[in-house]
Amino acid sequence: MSFAFYLVVALTVAGALAAVMLKNTVHCALALTVAFAGLALLFLQLDAQFAGFAQILVYIGAVAILVVFAILLTKGSETPRDGVYSHNWFVGLVIAAGVFAVLGWAVMGSARILPHETAVPTVTVLEIGNALVGRYVLALEIVAVLLTAATIGAVIVAMHEKEGKS
Amino acid sequence: MHETISFTPQLMASPIAVIVWLIPALPIVAAGVASLLKQPKRKLSATLAIGAMCISFMLSLISFVHIVGEWMQGIAAREVVNITWIQIGTTNVDLGWVLDPLSAVMLVMVTFVGLLIFIYSTGYMKDDENYTRFFCFLSLFAGAMLGVVISNSILLLFMCWEIVGLTSYLLIGFWYQKPSAAAAAKKAFLTTRIGDVFFLLGIVWLFSQTGTLLFYNYGAGSMEAGALAGLLAQPAAWGLTAAGAIALLIFAGAAGKSGQFPLHVWLPDAMEGPTPVSALIHAATMVAAGVYLIARVYPLMAAGALAGGTTTALTVVTWVGAFTAVFAALIAVAQNDIKRILAYSTISQLGYMMAGLGMGGVAVGIFHLITHAFFKALLFLGAGSVIHGCHGEQDIRKMGGLKSDMPLTFLTYAIGMLALCGFPLLFSGFWSKDGILEAAEHWSVAKTPFYLLVFGALLTAFYMMRQVIYVFGGHWRGGKAAHESSTVMIAPLSFLAFFAIALGAIGTPAWPWFRAFLDGHAAAFNPHGFLEPGLPALMGISTVVVALGLFLGWRLYADRTPKPSQPDALEQIAPLPWGWLRDRLYVDELYGVTVIAFYRWWARVADWLDRRIWGGAVAGVVFAFALWARLNRFLDTNVVDGGFDKGCDELAVGGGLLSRVQSGRVQSYLRILALAVVLLAAFLIWSSMA
Amino acid sequence: MTPLASYLLVAALLFSIGLAGALTRRNAILVLIGIELMLNAANLNLIAFWRYGPHPERMTGMIFAIFSIAVAAAEAAVGLGLVIQIHRHAKTTDLDAMNRMKG
Repeated sequence: MSFAFYLVVALTVAGALAAVMLKNTVHCALALTVAFAGLALLFLQLDAQFAGFAQILVYIGAVAILVVFAILLTKGSETPRDGVYSHNWFVGLVIAAGVFAVLGWAVMGSARILPHETAVPTVTVLEIGNALVGRYVLALEIVAVLLTAATIGAVIVAMHEKEGKS
Repeated sequence: MHETISFTPQLMASPIAVIVWLIPALPIVAAGVASLLKQPKRKLSATLAIGAMCISFMLSLISFVHIVGEWMQGIAAREVVNITWIQIGTTNVDLGWVLDPLSAVMLVMVTFVGLLIFIYSTGYMKDDENYTRFFCFLSLFAGAMLGVVISNSILLLFMCWEIVGLTSYLLIGFWYQKPSAAAAAKKAFLTTRIGDVFFLLGIVWLFSQTGTLLFYNYGAGSMEAGALAGLLAQPAAWGLTAAGAIALLIFAGAAGKSGQFPLHVWLPDAMEGPTPVSALIHAATMVAAGVYLIARVYPLMAAGALAGGTTTALTVVTWVGAFTAVFAALIAVAQNDIKRILAYSTISQLGYMMAGLGMGGVAVGIFHLITHAFFKALLFLGAGSVIHGCHGEQDIRKMGGLKSDMPLTFLTYAIGMLALCGFPLLFSGFWSKDGILEAAEHWSVAKTPFYLLVFGALLTAFYMMRQVIYVFGGHWRGGKAAHESSTVMIAPLSFLAFFAIALGAIGTPAWPWFRAFLDGHAAAFNPHGFLEPGLPALMGISTVVVALGLFLGWRLYADRTPKPSQPDALEQIAPLPWGWLRDRLYVDELYGVTVIAFYRWWARVADWLDRRIWGGAVAGVVFAFALWARLNRFLDTNVVDGGFDKGCDELAVGGGLLSRVQSGRVQSYLRILALAVVLLAAFLIWSSMA
Repeated sequence: MTPLASYLLVAALLFSIGLAGALTRRNAILVLIGIELMLNAANLNLIAFWRYGPHPERMTGMIFAIFSIAVAAAEAAVGLGLVIQIHRHAKTTDLDAMNRMKG
């Protein structure tokens, strides 16, 4: 693996670690953004250009901003009195470690049969477009409905604020 | 000893023999019906009893005549009818009856004397309120006694024997409100019971050895040659054969019923019963049952005797009889109750009969039994007449001069008394007693019984003379004047008096009809029979003895009959022996000190055992149960309930603990979810890798 | 180690980090952040398999990842809206304090 790969991986992992470990919530959100960026670079390295740019657009451009807005709206920037970790955080850590162990085991155990190198695929946006409205049109429509519903739902959830307060 | 002809049972029982069972059955049926009658039905119960007895008497006469007819044709008849009652494998429990000369004469005697006494009782018990009950019991007794007489099965004999004992108890204790009567009845029953236990042992042994209960069964019976040979071959204890031992056991039973020493103590006390009862049961019939039993099993008693010799059993019978004869006669001398004198006299005469059986054989003993039945019944009924006439007085010192007040009673009584004493030639008692004395004189073992019996005859004459003078002679010493009894009471006396004289005729040496009849050979009238060697001398001796006794009695007591407050004439001569004799030689006291005292001690021990040991055991068991119950309750409340409650509490606690898992917090749910997924994934990967 | 394996390991690492964050942090928004990380790790997995899979010309993996991104965005929007609503109600985003589901 190339040096660039390791660098990007390091960036991503550091961003992820920071995102979950930092005390200040806003810092966490920003670190998350870094992680997203790293992931986008990884996608580019994997010759999935469209996915990488979509990642940047959606995740960094929308989700991260959304998170920051939510943090600001919920006064999450204030440091809580009792600490940021829940009172039995160790159990969670152990479970997460267990999950990593199992996944790593699965990966390492099947390393022999994994393919080494294949030809670089060329995927144009036209092909993606064709696929979207051709083969995957049903999924496209469903996702459209889903997005609509999510939007409406979010609006409704946020809108009840005026009537709810009484 | 005489020779016995062996009887052969008829192959076909005659019609008479087949219906002989009616003779005891009718009185028993009459008793059954009478038991259901109410008290006022006096005439009916008496009619039933006397009617049944009449029919039985006639049937007995018919049977007797039939047997005599057979005898006259020279056939030694013994007709048996046997019935198998129970069959267990190859052993049979049989019942049956036998009709032979012995049972025929007994039947006639019992039914005739019984009938006379029944008729007498209608007069004697006229004023008694329990009239119906009396005749019911009397009838039952008569039926049972007749059953004993005809029985061919020793088991049937024993059953009837026991019923006879029962009715004796019922009749002695007839006036049960009197404590002395109730005690006397109990004493009679228990004393004869002791004898009956030995009898039963003998029966069981006999049955087990010979395998049959029947006396005569066409060669297979226990009194027939085959069985007797088997018994003789079997040795028992103390040098006896089985035959001898069984014979002695059976004699023990007979001794109880017939009042031989030492089981005689019940007979004098049995005089508590009404006089007809004393006459019938304790003079003529029941006490004779023992003698009859010995006569019936005589082949067994005599088994193994060499010609002219004797067996151990017969020797024992003789000695006991001879001793009893003298013993009882001595006591009779000093008694003051009219019935008690006769009771001891009966015991004494029973001793004579037993001695006669032992030394002379069946005919000698049974002849005396028959004659004794008549004159002793006569004497008792006469005494009853006297008691009735003296308004219930029984003490002879308070009587007197009845010769003129009750002449008919006196006449009949005198006849009976002379017969008992054995007054020569005219009276039956002379002939029967002489038969016994003759047998005693020629007894091979010893001469002592002969001397004892002669002495007894002297005493008999003496005490009877004393009694007659006290009762009938001198002046009236009592209270209210006496009167003669009614005809219904005098008539039986006359009949009995007639037979007391007449029966002698069939037993004289000149014409030994009775002996010949019983033994089964021909008899001829032969005046030269008197001249057999030793016979005139013997007759002379007995005459002298009787005369001496009568003279002594007359000398001492005539014109000298004292009042109760004054001492008896003999007492004045020899006060100390008189005292012993009057107190019945202390036999009852001896029993009281030994047997009864032991029994009382044993009863106390049993009571202590019962209360302390068994009672303690029961209390212990109860205590254990109570303890167990308490333990159970403790276990139940503390262990079971407690454990259960505790378990429920723990369950609640556990539930509480588990409910904490439902914390309501999302993150813990998520953790659990993640954990589960990890485990599942790990398992799947591992299983796919393996 | 093959390139695919390394990418998969990276994805696994990211996933675990995201899970750890979701399980241990108090703040509800941090939980959502963790969830986003997990989704991204899954996307990386998808793309990696698409790239090194048998038929990359079919674009199955990429399309899947694109859809996943779309859905994740929608879900983040709704989720954050809910968090805001809860904050208005309970005045806090502390998850330890929210146990109304208890029992």
